[in-house]
Amino acid sequence: MSGIPHDHYEPSTGGEKWLHKRLPIVGLLYDTIMIPTPKNLNWMWIWGIVLTFCLALQIVTGIVLVMHYTPHVDMAFASVEHIMRNVNGGHMLRYLHANGASLFFVAVYAHIFRGLYYGSYKAPREVTWIIGMLIYLAMMATAFMGYVLPWGQMSFWGATVITGLFGAIPFIGESIQTWLLGGPAVDNATLNRFFSLHYLLPFVIAGLVIVHIWAFHTTGNNNPTGVEVRRTSKADAAKDTVPFWPYYVIKDLFALAVIMIIFFAIVGFMPNYLGHPDNYIEANPLSTPAHIVPEWYFLPFYAILRAFDSEVWVVQIASFVTGGIVDAKFFGVLAMFGAIAVLALTPWLDTSSVRSGRYRPSFKWWFWLLVVDFFVLMWGGAMPAEGIYPYISLMGAAYWFAYFLIILPLLGVIEKPLPQPATIDDDFKAHAAKTGGTKTVADPTPAE
Amino acid sequence: MFRKLALSAAAALALTTGGAYAAGEGGHTEDFSFSFEGPFGTYDQAQLQRGLQVYTEVCSACHGLKFVPLRTLSAENGPGMPEDQVRAYAAQNYEVFDQEEDDYRAALPTDHFPANDTVGAPDLSLMAKARAGFHGPYGLGLNQLFNGIGGPEHIASILTGYTGEQRTQAGTTLYENHAFDGGWISMAPPLYGDDVTYADGTEATIEQESKDVAAFLMWTAEPKMMARKQAGFAGVLFLTVLSVLLYLTNKRIWKPIKYGKKD
Repeated sequence: MSGIPHDHYEPSTGGEKWLHKRLPIVGLLYDTIMIPTPKNLNWMWIWGIVLTFCLALQIVTGIVLVMHYTPHVDMAFASVEHIMRNVNGGHMLRYLHANGASLFFVAVYAHIFRGLYYGSYKAPREVTWIIGMLIYLAMMATAFMGYVLPWGQMSFWGATVITGLFGAIPFIGESIQTWLLGGPAVDNATLNRFFSLHYLLPFVIAGLVIVHIWAFHTTGNNNPTGVEVRRTSKADAAKDTVPFWPYYVIKDLFALAVIMIIFFAIVGFMPNYLGHPDNYIEANPLSTPAHIVPEWYFLPFYAILRAFDSEVWVVQIASFVTGGIVDAKFFGVLAMFGAIAVLALTPWLDTSSVRSGRYRPSFKWWFWLLVVDFFVLMWGGAMPAEGIYPYISLMGAAYWFAYFLIILPLLGVIEKPLPQPATIDDDFKAHAAKTGGTKTVADPTPAE
Repeated sequence: MFRKLALSAAAALALTTGGAYAAGEGGHTEDFSFSFEGPFGTYDQAQLQRGLQVYTEVCSACHGLKFVPLRTLSAENGPGMPEDQVRAYAAQNYEVFDQEEDDYRAALPTDHFPANDTVGAPDLSLMAKARAGFHGPYGLGLNQLFNGIGGPEHIASILTGYTGEQRTQAGTTLYENHAFDGGWISMAPPLYGDDVTYADGTEATIEQESKDVAAFLMWTAEPKMMARKQAGFAGVLFLTVLSVLLYLTNKRIWKPIKYGKKD
């Protein structure tokens, strides 16, 4: 699969040869697991396995939860309590599943920002990046619909607000919203279709994950230097790489185990910390919670959605130019989806010929500002839309767009990059020498 | 974690702006101490039984516990009442409607606590998880890392937070309460002290009764808390050992790659 020259699977026994002629599945698995991987990957390259684990965890716990859950507006909430009280280990299953969603998003954000810093989106890995963005979108849809299933107050009102976003689309919005909900308002039909899709989408994600892995196994992994593995000969490639098994499997499993310690501490000792108390109140269409807040992983984009109210001048201009078709609500929706769209378009917005942020002195600063911006937006999304908070969100949203639409294109032209190592092996040796014999490989701080 | 704070913006604001509480805005949660706090905290069986008594003799007049099966009162990690006592408690205190008999009959341990919406009071099964305290600082939710989510503390704060002031608004009597969002609650003060006589001789002050019933409601909301903490502890312990083993394995297999030596 990989473009990097390496030894392929050769069937040796009669049985293996028989099977290999008919279905080269062992060869496929062997080449996948033994893929030459740059040997200088740092600790930010562990998130892929964490994400794979999360997907498996969510699917396994989810399948068991479904055995006890009832997707009906009159019974859903009670069936979740049935799981919590009567099902053997049901409380652990549910808390693992609920907090598993949070771990999933922690990992995906770390994974995405790693890609942004080291330029993993750049040619020839644009397809990997785009598939990744599709996975991220499917994750958001799945998480959102899963949050509706317990049928608590925040489930119901979150569903009402988010599907209402589609209602903001001019002319056809209301029809789309009705079509999504299966009726004029969030009700049993909505719960049933969300349940159906919440079960379906994870398998779509699993399929996309295979394509994601296929894509970057074709191009080879990026690495902290952004310098490509030498493909001139098998010997050269071997100097820059190690096989994925056992070197990265063991390293990633170690990282996963450490992350799981924290995860289990949260599930065991404070499983509701990341949840919303209002969701322990059964959904009531007649009583609106004082503040409808999405789960933490949606907050940055929720902040962008709310930042553009009718007093912002770009909104006023847009409204004037379109004759009022683009109002503040629709503008907010466009901004929110636009914030994800610019992320997906990064491969074509970044003009720099240097891949890794490690060798881009000014880029580094802008990048870390983007990371800070992400957390500020997350905070802004959690705060009530009053007082100074909408302005903070607006500034955060402005920087988000400026980073992708202005800074990335310009930096590539004006920035003077630092010299890059000639080969991955050079970089690896420099780092190994720097850490000497005293510091171990397992330094838990992410490099950079 | 950031979204935590936003939960009850009024409460978050009241705390972050300080002083708002003093101005009678309410939302203040007192940090009562409970036996089940922290990673190793457990329910105090005697306290849960006292709380059950307060619930039965006071709260159940208006509130229900519809998600809680009566049989769970005998749970070892809960009130731990003997089964015959649970049977007697159910029969003496509650009537349920039996679909098959098409009539009311005395409750059995297999029934749930009845729902109660006679005066529109909220069900209390999950109240201890449906409320929170300790928002902040600045809406970051970090306080909850140290003080807990604050559900039972909030319940106890409500029960002890009455000032004695009341006013009538649109035909409804409201009672001033430090802990309630907005400062005025429609529930009349339910506890006056000595509302129940504890069998174990504990003095039934308002604060004692409030803490006992708050602890009981934490149990009704999270009956498997102790099993959960044990599982969490076992998980953390196991994973720590596994991490050490994987760390050493990783270090060893990378050694020849990093330092060019065979072992």
